[in-house]
Amino acid sequence: MKSIKKLVLSTAIAALTAGAAYAENIKIAFIDPLSGPFAATGTNGLKQFEYAADALVNDKGGILDGVKFEVVGYDNKISPKESLIQLQVAIDQGARFVVQGNSSGVANALTDAINKHNRRNPDSQVLFLNYAAVDPALTNDKCNFWHFRFDANADIKMDALTDAIAKNEAIKKIYVIGQDYSFGKAVAAAAVSMLSAKRPDIEIVGNELHPIGKVKDFTPYARKIVSSGADAVITGNWGSDMLGLGKAVIENGFEGPIYTYYAAGSGITAAFGEAGKGSIRLISEGQINPPASDEAKALYDGFLARFPDGNIDMPRIFNTVGMLAAAMEKAGTSTDAVAIATALEGMTFPGYFGGELRMRAEDHQLIQDMHIGMHTNEGVDYTYDSSDYGILVESTIKNASADIATTCKMKRP
Amino acid sequence: MSLLIVNILDGLVTGLLLFMLCSGLTLIFSMMGVLNFAHASFYMLGAYFAYQISLITGFWLGLIVAPIAVGVIGALIERYGLRRVHKYGHVPELIFTFGLALLIEEVVQFFWGRSQLPYNIPEALDFAAFSIAGNSFPAYKVFMIFIAVGIFITLLYILTKTRIGMTIQAALSYPETVQNLGHNVPLVFMGVFGVGTAMAGLAGVIAGPILGTFPGMAVLLGSIVFVTIVIGGLGSLWGALVASLLIGWIQTFAATYNVRMEDILTSVGFTKPEPVWDSAWQDLWTLTLPQIGPILPYLLMVIVLVFRPQGLFGKRES
Repeated sequence: MKSIKKLVLSTAIAALTAGAAYAENIKIAFIDPLSGPFAATGTNGLKQFEYAADALVNDKGGILDGVKFEVVGYDNKISPKESLIQLQVAIDQGARFVVQGNSSGVANALTDAINKHNRRNPDSQVLFLNYAAVDPALTNDKCNFWHFRFDANADIKMDALTDAIAKNEAIKKIYVIGQDYSFGKAVAAAAVSMLSAKRPDIEIVGNELHPIGKVKDFTPYARKIVSSGADAVITGNWGSDMLGLGKAVIENGFEGPIYTYYAAGSGITAAFGEAGKGSIRLISEGQINPPASDEAKALYDGFLARFPDGNIDMPRIFNTVGMLAAAMEKAGTSTDAVAIATALEGMTFPGYFGGELRMRAEDHQLIQDMHIGMHTNEGVDYTYDSSDYGILVESTIKNASADIATTCKMKRP
Repeated sequence: MSLLIVNILDGLVTGLLLFMLCSGLTLIFSMMGVLNFAHASFYMLGAYFAYQISLITGFWLGLIVAPIAVGVIGALIERYGLRRVHKYGHVPELIFTFGLALLIEEVVQFFWGRSQLPYNIPEALDFAAFSIAGNSFPAYKVFMIFIAVGIFITLLYILTKTRIGMTIQAALSYPETVQNLGHNVPLVFMGVFGVGTAMAGLAGVIAGPILGTFPGMAVLLGSIVFVTIVIGGLGSLWGALVASLLIGWIQTFAATYNVRMEDILTSVGFTKPEPVWDSAWQDLWTLTLPQIGPILPYLLMVIVLVFRPQGLFGKRES
């Protein structure tokens, strides 16, 4: 009896002390789909966050005298409603930093909820680090002090893309095609307005939306594109809609460039294979090939050692973790959200995958270099999807859209 | 004009692919009276098996082995699953196949992950067979047409000219009488289920490289397959063929021609409200044919059901 009591007591003490040691960790809540049709993207993002936290902070002994990062995944099934539940769970479990990226719908719900929560609970304020939701509204009309975006928004990407297209004199006719929902429409609208401003001589020979996730065979769309005589295609498609469209267009005889937002990783690079070579172009931040620096090389090698089948297809995740750590160091605190957010505002930071990063204070949009990459198997040091193919940087736009206008009226606490 | 010819060929390919799925399902449906919800899942299994085999031996062995493997799995599921559930009536059978579809999807994700798989056209067929006004027609699609037509002729021959075919046809309408005549009807059921799923598997093997091999591929085709057999008439091979081709062409042409609701409405005398995004009828005015293309087969099904409930080629009044 006595021994049992002793055991219980000692276990309790052990648990308590362990808990105390644990409490020093900074919990970062990763709220993204970890099951369902988008689980591949979500899981891959979580891997990159886990590795970034270890490689950039924990393995170097932590920050501020040994504080370490702990990334915890919360499955939101890509539903805004589910995300709010998971946000509450994460806050209750002590997370004060939320990272999310898949779907701007979810990001819009989260940014509102976090804004409200922080107003009502000054003792447990939360920062929202958005690493991939690109709806421009998040750093314009809907901006708030707690939200920071580390990816370039859809307008910045289109600005960089149309800069590259404008320089290519061979392109006279362009076909714009996308999925029939808010993001597809935003891409089409930005493409049309920016192209007509930069190259009025370019003719938009097609501008259409197709049902999202419902098209079985993209061949009829490919026929229309080829028949229109287009020299280039612009699409914001992702997932199987991206692969289906791209494959159909290439197979049916289109030879020009296909400018995309999301035609890499999650099996898409491997599935395009030889067919996509020379056609598929990708607008993104972060330079994977050729490696931007020895540091970037070492990071990617370390990632592959831990996840041999993984891809670093979101280099911004590393910048997110690195800048958060730097802001904590600068603010001298790992808990005071207002001080950390203030430190992040206007911060400049050397990007892990090249370039100089600057967090614009007026709207919390990160300004960084944008790259147009090409899907190829030549000269790529780091391939995607364990295939022979990867994305090789073709041209770079320094500090893309650094002076892009914003309608954000930031209210600071 | 040249685009029209290309579209007719593309629609033919889509339709024939659909036919390979439907022919098996329509036989199973009319024979056992059970809607096999998992039919499209066997199509997905075919593509995944063929991918796995193609990694080791290349495309061609997969073309033969994968459908056989799928057919054997299908026959075993009929023998040890469906047949046991059969005595409890149609609803449990329906639930069984529904559960099977979910199970197969999860199993596929467990073994092959959730990403797109790099299952590609074999190199021997990776060239343009011919091209019409800049639109090239891949040799692989010519190959698809030949496979599908070959399957149709073989099935038609077996069903109408051979003893086995006679027994199957008789078992479709009068299973008890056929059993009383000394035929092993449960074996016939198992055989039909196996062959039907094997054909779905074959469709998956040849469709995987062009429509993509991913866990959502079954769901994408699942519902359209039922629509096709209802339009064609249950149990009719010709009906399945005609309905498949019809749907193939409808979908191809609907996606190709940008007929706009705006033009139709103005031509019958309505005036477009300006600005259109403030109007309550905005959605109607901005509608285009490619946008409603995916629902046209369902519309066709409703029309066929209203005017000819047994389907275009169906015989039974039920």
